[in-house]
Amino acid sequence: MDIDIVNAAVLLANFVVVPAIAYGSQLALGALGITLVYGILRFANFSHGDLMAFGTMAAILGTWQLQAWGIGLGLLPTALLALPVGIAAAVAAALAADRTVFRFYRVRRSAPMVLSIASVGVMFVLNGVVRVIVGPDDRSFSDGARYLINAREFKSVTGLSEGLSVRTSQVLTLALAVAAVAALFWFLQRTRAGKAMRAYSDNEDLALLSGVEPDRVVLLTWAIAASLAAIAGTLYGLDKSFQPFTYLQLLLPMFAAAIVGGIGQPMGAIAGGFLVAFSEIALTYPYKKFLRYVLPEDMQPDGLVQLLSTDYKLSVSFAILVVVLLWRPTGLFRGRVL
Amino acid sequence: MSHLTGDGMHGGYGGADILRGCTVSVDKGEIAVIVGPNGAGKSTAMKALFGMVRLREGDVRLAGESIARLTPQDRVKLGMAFVPQSGNVFTTMTVQENLEMGAFLRRDDISASMERVFDLFPVLKEKRRQTAGELSGGQRQQVAIGRALMTQPDVLMLDEPTAGVSPIVMDELFDRILEVRQAGIAVLMVEQNARQALAIADRGFVLVTGENRHTGSGQALLANPEVRRSFLGG
Repeated sequence: MDIDIVNAAVLLANFVVVPAIAYGSQLALGALGITLVYGILRFANFSHGDLMAFGTMAAILGTWQLQAWGIGLGLLPTALLALPVGIAAAVAAALAADRTVFRFYRVRRSAPMVLSIASVGVMFVLNGVVRVIVGPDDRSFSDGARYLINAREFKSVTGLSEGLSVRTSQVLTLALAVAAVAALFWFLQRTRAGKAMRAYSDNEDLALLSGVEPDRVVLLTWAIAASLAAIAGTLYGLDKSFQPFTYLQLLLPMFAAAIVGGIGQPMGAIAGGFLVAFSEIALTYPYKKFLRYVLPEDMQPDGLVQLLSTDYKLSVSFAILVVVLLWRPTGLFRGRVL
Repeated sequence: MSHLTGDGMHGGYGGADILRGCTVSVDKGEIAVIVGPNGAGKSTAMKALFGMVRLREGDVRLAGESIARLTPQDRVKLGMAFVPQSGNVFTTMTVQENLEMGAFLRRDDISASMERVFDLFPVLKEKRRQTAGELSGGQRQQVAIGRALMTQPDVLMLDEPTAGVSPIVMDELFDRILEVRQAGIAVLMVEQNARQALAIADRGFVLVTGENRHTGSGQALLANPEVRRSFLGG
C-alpha cells in the first residue's frame, strides 16, 4: 500500500506537476509582458502572442544557422545561444509596431479600446510575417540532451513501477524564468528607470510632474515585454514544438493569468500563470491510473476519470476568467479593473 | 517685480474661457493665497501657471522670463513644483520612494533634502517603508508636499492642501507651510478654508468667475468688509 502511494505521487509528478511548472513558467513570462504593457501603456495588447512567435522564429533561424556552423552547447540546446537573436528581433518588432501604430494613437490619447483593436491588426501582421518567413508547419529546433531524468533509469534506480522523466527543456524553462523574473523585480524595485516605470504606472500625471520622460518609459516597457516574450516563446517551443498558430492560442491563457493575478501587478502575473497552468493540466489529466494506486480494489473506476477532454483545455482559461471577473474583478493581487 | 507672475490670463479647457483676465503673483519667501467661490477658476489659474491649461491671452513669467510656452515638465526643471489636489502621491510606492520620485531629475546627493523633509514631517520618517496608499489623508498631504519639496523648488504650488483633513491637521499643515516660507520658497496655494489661509498669507487674490475681484495683503483682505461679507461668511 505504501509503495502504491509513492507510485501515485510519482505518477502525478510526472504527468501533472513537472509539466505544469514548465508551462506555468512560460505563461508567467508571457503574462508579465501583458501586465507591464497594460500597466504602463494602458491597453490590452493582443499582439503579444504573435510577438512571442516572432521572437521564437528569430531564435529558431539563429539556432539553425549555429547548427549549420557546427556550434552547439553540448547537453544544452543550441537555442540558448540563439536566444539573444530572438530577444533582439522581438524588441525590434515591438518598437517598430509602437513607432508605426501605437504611438499614433497614444499621441492622440485614444481610448484604450482603440489601441487594443489596433493591436489585433498588429497581431495579424506579425502572424503573417512569421508564416511567410518560417512557414506554418511544425519546426523542430531542440537539440542537446533530451532528458535530465529519464523514466526508465528512474524506474531501475528507485525500483518503482512508475517512472519520472524530467526534460532538459523543463528545467531550463524554470531556471531561465526564475532568473528573468528575479532580474525584472530587481530592476523595478532598485533602479532609477524601474522606479520611474512603477511611478508612471501608478500615477501618470504625477510621474510627469516629477520629470519622468514618458517616451523613455514606453521604450523600456516594450523592450522588457518583448524580451520576456521572446524568452517565453523560445522556451515553449523547446518544451513543446514550434508552430505559429499555437502562440496565438497562448494569448488566452496568458491574458487569463494576467487578469487572475490582478492586471498591472507583476507578482499577480506570475501567480496567475501557475494557477492557469496547474488548472489546465490537472483538469485534463485522466486520473484512472492514479486512482488505481490510491483506491481499494472494489472502488476502482472503469472510465478514464478525465474531468475534461484535452480538446477543451482552452476553456479552462475562460472559466477561470469568468470566475475571477465575477468574484474578484481586481484579481488576486488587487490590480486594476479592466 | 514678483518671482512668479500670471498676468492677465485668459483661457480654459477648450470651450468657453474659465479664466477671464486673472492675475496672480508670488515672490520668494512669501505665501500667496487664491480664494473664491466654487467654480471661480482657482484651480484652473493654478494649472495655467503650471502649463496644464492652454492660455489664449496673457503671460506667465518666472524670474522675469516668459515661460508660457514651456511644458509642465520643463517648468519643473526651472524650479516650480506643483501638488495637485487629488492623485498627488504614488499610492503603490513607499513613502521613501515617493520622496525619491520627487528628486527624480536630480543627480546630486538627495539625502540632505530627505532629512529636511523628515524634519518638517517627522511622521513620514516613521512610515517611510509603508506604501503611501495606506496613510491617512493628512499624512498623504505631507507626502505630497514632501515629494514636491524634494525637487528643491523656488516655487511651491499647492492646490487645496487641506481638502478633506481635520481642523487640527489643517492647522498643523499651515504651520509647516509657514516653515517652508521661512526657507525662502515662494508658496502659492488655492484654499477653501479662506479665513485661515488669508491669516497666514502675504498676498491674497479673491477670484470670481475667472477674474480678480479683490487683491491685497492677507490682512487687508481679512479686514475688508466686502470680502468678509461675500466670501468669509460675515
